[in-house]
Parts: sequence; structure tokens; C-alpha cells
Amino acid sequence: MNNILKIFTAAVVGAVLSTGSLMAREGDQISIVGSSTVFPFSTIVAERFAKNTDFKAPVIESTGTGGGAKLFCAGIGLDHPDVTNASRAMKSSEKETCTANGITPVEYMIGFDGITFSNSNKAQKYSLTKEEIFKAVSAKIMSNGKMVDNGYKRWSDINPSLPSVKIDVLAPPPSSGTRDAFVELVMHDTCKKVYKMPKKGDDGYKALCSALREDGAVTEAGENDNLIIEKLAANQDRFGIFGYSFLDQNKDKVQGSVINGVAPSMGTIADSSYKVSRPLFFYVKKEHVGVVPGLQEFSDYFMSLAVSGSPLEAAGLIPKP
Amino acid sequence: MLATLLISIGLNGYSALQQAYFKLDISVNTEKFVDDSGAPDNNKMNLFNWDGLVQSALREFFPEVKDRDEKKELFAIISANAGYDLKEIIKKKALGSGSHTLSVWLHLSDDADQYLKGRLSIDIPEEDRRINNKQIAWVNSLVERDIAKLKFNKTFFTSADSREPESAGILGSVIGSALTLFVTIMFALPLAVMAAIYLEYFAKPGKITDFIEVNVNNLAAVPSIVFGLLGLSVFLSTFGLPRSAPLVGGLVLGLMTLPTIIIASRASIRSIPPSIREAALGLGASKMQAALHHVLPLATPGILTGTIIGMAQALGETAPLLMIGMVAFIIDIPTTFTSSATAMPVQIYMWSDSAERAFYERSSLAILFLVAFLISMNLLAVVLRRKFEKKW
Repeated sequence: MNNILKIFTAAVVGAVLSTGSLMAREGDQISIVGSSTVFPFSTIVAERFAKNTDFKAPVIESTGTGGGAKLFCAGIGLDHPDVTNASRAMKSSEKETCTANGITPVEYMIGFDGITFSNSNKAQKYSLTKEEIFKAVSAKIMSNGKMVDNGYKRWSDINPSLPSVKIDVLAPPPSSGTRDAFVELVMHDTCKKVYKMPKKGDDGYKALCSALREDGAVTEAGENDNLIIEKLAANQDRFGIFGYSFLDQNKDKVQGSVINGVAPSMGTIADSSYKVSRPLFFYVKKEHVGVVPGLQEFSDYFMSLAVSGSPLEAAGLIPKP
Repeated sequence: MLATLLISIGLNGYSALQQAYFKLDISVNTEKFVDDSGAPDNNKMNLFNWDGLVQSALREFFPEVKDRDEKKELFAIISANAGYDLKEIIKKKALGSGSHTLSVWLHLSDDADQYLKGRLSIDIPEEDRRINNKQIAWVNSLVERDIAKLKFNKTFFTSADSREPESAGILGSVIGSALTLFVTIMFALPLAVMAAIYLEYFAKPGKITDFIEVNVNNLAAVPSIVFGLLGLSVFLSTFGLPRSAPLVGGLVLGLMTLPTIIIASRASIRSIPPSIREAALGLGASKMQAALHHVLPLATPGILTGTIIGMAQALGETAPLLMIGMVAFIIDIPTTFTSSATAMPVQIYMWSDSAERAFYERSSLAILFLVAFLISMNLLAVVLRRKFEKKW
């Protein structure tokens, strides 16, 4: 027993001593954080980059766009990530934090992602306008120039030409970039362009048009988009909101609704005729270029793959036309 | 209940034990990538067009494919990593300089794999499918010629994560889990045993001892994510330990299992009849000697049982690992306590979140693997207790 104790003590002391001499990260590895939407594309690039060069494989975490920006802008040095992925442009507040910490983020735009409003492909394919989607999911709707609680129960209540089916929508959680983009591109857009609401003030559209219904017509699903697809396949009356890449991989189960007359597809998203799409980015810490091996090469490689006909397109990224 | 769960996961996952491979006879002149002594030159190997080599060998089976778009569809039935895999095979073979002809088995793509396993329904319109009619005809023709077939999925057990389901495996996460658990046990077990002996035999009853006891019992009920937050702020921010490292993961999980082991150890020590210790003290042993030489050996089975159950709990945790960056996409198999690593439950979580259909069966198989691990650990705990337990 005494011997065992000695071995234990030696091992613990050894482990503690050996870490004391180490840096915060093994410095030859690129560290990437950020958006869960860009994550699948970033991982494809990282794998090919590692397999085709002598650089070590980057480590990629999916922290969400906001979480990634926070980690990225926290400081310079190997304790902090080199790259952050984003499903929206960096906010000015985030840029300020970065500048305050002496960081110069270099922006790379890699392409677009469409957001789809999909249902099971065994059900009827819907053709909707942004306003109709707004009326189905928003907590408040416009009635006689005032915002009132949403009382629509069936799609036919919104537009008599739509089927008489109960409104049942699975929405992504507030933590996801898809939700942010949906709220901005569909809900805010409707309030701004259709209802002509002002931007600022108590009745500005950001205050009134951001909340989803809580009366059972809209259910918040988890971050797992595969689960949403399973649920749509199981219930034909249900709709789900998720990124185009998931629709692309699961076309044998679900179909994307036509929005404002345009169906989601690679082509319509790339030429921006499908209106519910957003640009995707990654940001590189300029101060780390040349310090972390392969950082510049990785960025160039990412951009060289963000073109049509590349494996990123096959995974659902819509490259710049 | 458990049986239903396991059977349903098993039905989803058993097919991941097999993987679609195809055989290529490739003739290659190694002069293009060996140096003067005949050893492979890394730089030249990286520059060599491996994909081109695989693709031209594949095209020999289908000489009728000429159109550019058609070629692209043809190459989509083989793994995107086929060229890389070939490079690794040739690197390992260490062929000397000169021309060689060798026949290699490479992966078909995940879509072709799922089709061959009957997991892609083909009775829906062609444009909605992941695999089109032409590709199905090509795959079938390869199968008829006995060039493509389902073989045991060795890759699943020998490689780390990948974005291509056909090249993804659990070895990276298994080693990550092993390294993490090693740190956990090294950190938690000695500390917990010492704490238990102290609390049982040396601590003077009083306010401070009560305070420690209440703390230990409460710590056992703290949600695991809180330990992750603690790890983030203490180990990463204050001590500057590396992100995503098994060392930090092990320390965090060690803190989490510490109270479990302390409580089990104390119960075990308390169940040893006081006469053993009193006899030792009566014969002139010091308090320390009585505890270490006489009580502790008898209490070991109980302590080990508690430890193994604590370890099993730590093996299944993902939440604390999220905060310290072990939930990440990592291609390299970890080798040291400070290299980036994930753990098995994290790997399952990440695969279940991937869009590619072929990851579905792989995550099911990985779940079975993890559950088998947990059951055998618990079994070991039961066996140990049965074998060494003494009735007084």
C-alpha cells in the first residue's frame, strides 16, 4: 500500500511539473471558434488542409457567432483563438472590443447560407410570402395599424388559398445564428417594408417584431437540426426553420417552401433572388499571422475552396457568384 | 427498458460495422516522390496528384464517361479522401524507387455506402436523392464485377474524427477519454482516500469538520456544468493551462467525481470493524500505521467500487468538457496529456449533429460502444466487491 501511495504521489507531482513548463497551447496548431453554421464548412477545409500539407490539423470549436467573437476578441497570444467563424458580419461593439485589445480582425466572406421554411415532402408544398410567415410565427401582428396578440390558428385563416391546416412551426432556439437571421430577414423585414414601421423608439420594429408566439403554434426546438428533420418527417402538418445545407442533405424527407415566389436552391440563393439568405464569414487575427504556422496558408486555402464546384458547395455552402 | 433502448440503437448502428470499399489496381512510378536514397519525400508526396491517380484508375472501368459533369458525378461515388488514403498506404508500404503495381481497397463515398446498405430510399424523384440513377448504375456495375463490396469497417476503430463519414472513426475520442480518465483517477483517487481517512480518523469533531462534511455532501449534488465553468476560470484563465487538453478535462472531471469517491471511501472505512484498528493500536502501531497498514487494505474493495462508479460517471460526461474546449473537431489522434482531444460522448454528440446521413448509423454504433464500456466498468465494480468483500 505504501508503494502504491508513493507511485501516486510521484505521478501527480510529475504531471504538475510537466505542465508548468508548457505554453497555453501547442503553438503549431491553429485554433478556430465560432458559428455553428460555418462549423461544417470550416471542418471540411481543416481536414483537407491537414491532409494536403505538412501543417498540423486546426482544432475547431462550435461556440456560436457571438461566443466566438467574445473569445476571439479577448486578447492576443496563444491562450486565445486565431480564427472565428461568423454567420453575420462582426458587430461594431465586437470590433471595438477587438480594437481595445489590440486585435485587427481580417474579414473573409466565404459565401451565403439560405434559411428555409420546410415541411415533410409527403405534404403539400407551400408557396408563402414573408408576411404570411410573419403572421404565422410572430407573437404580435398588425391589425388596424396596431400590434395585437396573434390569434391565427390555421394557415387558411392567414390566406384563404392556403390549406386548412393547424399552424405548427419548429423554430431554432434564441442562441442560434439561424434564429437571429430568421428574425432579421423575415420578421424585421416584414415590419420594415410591409408595415413601414420606424426603426427606433418604443414602437420600432426591433422591439415589436422579434418575439415568436408562445401559445403553442411555435415550438422551440434544440440546436440539433437532424432532430427537427425527424420531427417533420413524423408529422406532415409541421414546419421547421433551418439552414439550406440541412435541406440539401435531406431532400428525400423534407422540402423547402417557396418564399415570395422563389424556391430555395443553390442558384436562387447565390443570385439572391431567394430573399432569406445571409452571408457567412471568418475572421483571422492579423497579429497571429506569421506567429502561428500555417495561418495565412489556411485562410488562402479556405478562400480557394469557397468557389462553385468545390466540396464546400457539395456540403451546402452557396459560394459568391 | 434498457433492452428496448439498446435494441433500437443496435438496429440503427449495426450496419456501421461494415463499410463499402472498392478495389483498384494502381500502377505508380515512385520516382516522382522519393528522394535519391529511395525514401519517400514528404514534400513531393504532398504535391503529387493522388486524386488524379485514383480517378484515372476508376475511369478505366467506365471508358464511356467523357463529359466533364459526368466525370464529376462518377468521382462523387468514391470517397473524397481516397487520394489521401492511397498516399498513406503507399507511404506505409515504403516502396523503393521504380514502377510498382499494387491493388488497394479504398472507401466508396458515404452516399454510395448508404445506398449499398439500403439506407437511402430510391423510390423518390431523382433530383431529391443524394445519389442519381447514373451513380446507382455505376455502383451496381462495380458490385457485379466484384470490385466493390461491403467489408468490415476497420476505419471506424483505427482513425479519429473526419468530415467524411467513411473516414471517421472513434479511436481519437477513445484515446482522448482514456487520457482524461487517467488524469481523473490520478487526481481524484489519492485525494479522496486521504480525505476519507482524515475525516474518519483524524479530524476532531467540531465546526470545521462539520463544515467540510456538509461541503462534500453538497458538492456531490452540484450540476456538472458548474465544474466546467470552474475549470474554465481556474485552470484555463488563472493557471493558463491549454484549451481542449485531456489534462484539464481530467482535472475538471476529477473534481466532479471527488465527492462520490470520498463518500464511498468513508462508508467503506466505517464498515471495517473498530476491533481491527484497536488491535493494531494496542500492539503499538501509530494512528497513521493503523490506518494505512490495517484499515485501508481491508477497505480497498469498497473504495475501488466507489471509484469505478465515479469513473463511469465521468466517462459519460460532456457538459463540463464543453466549457474547456474539448467539444471540438479534432482530426489528429491525441498523444500527450496536453494535445487537443475530445471524449467519446462528445464524439457521439458531434456526429448526431452532422447533416450527413451516414453519421447517423456511426453515432448509434459509437453509443453502443460507450454503453458496453460503461456496463463492463460497472460489472468490474460488482465483481471486485463480490470477490474481496469480507463479512464480519
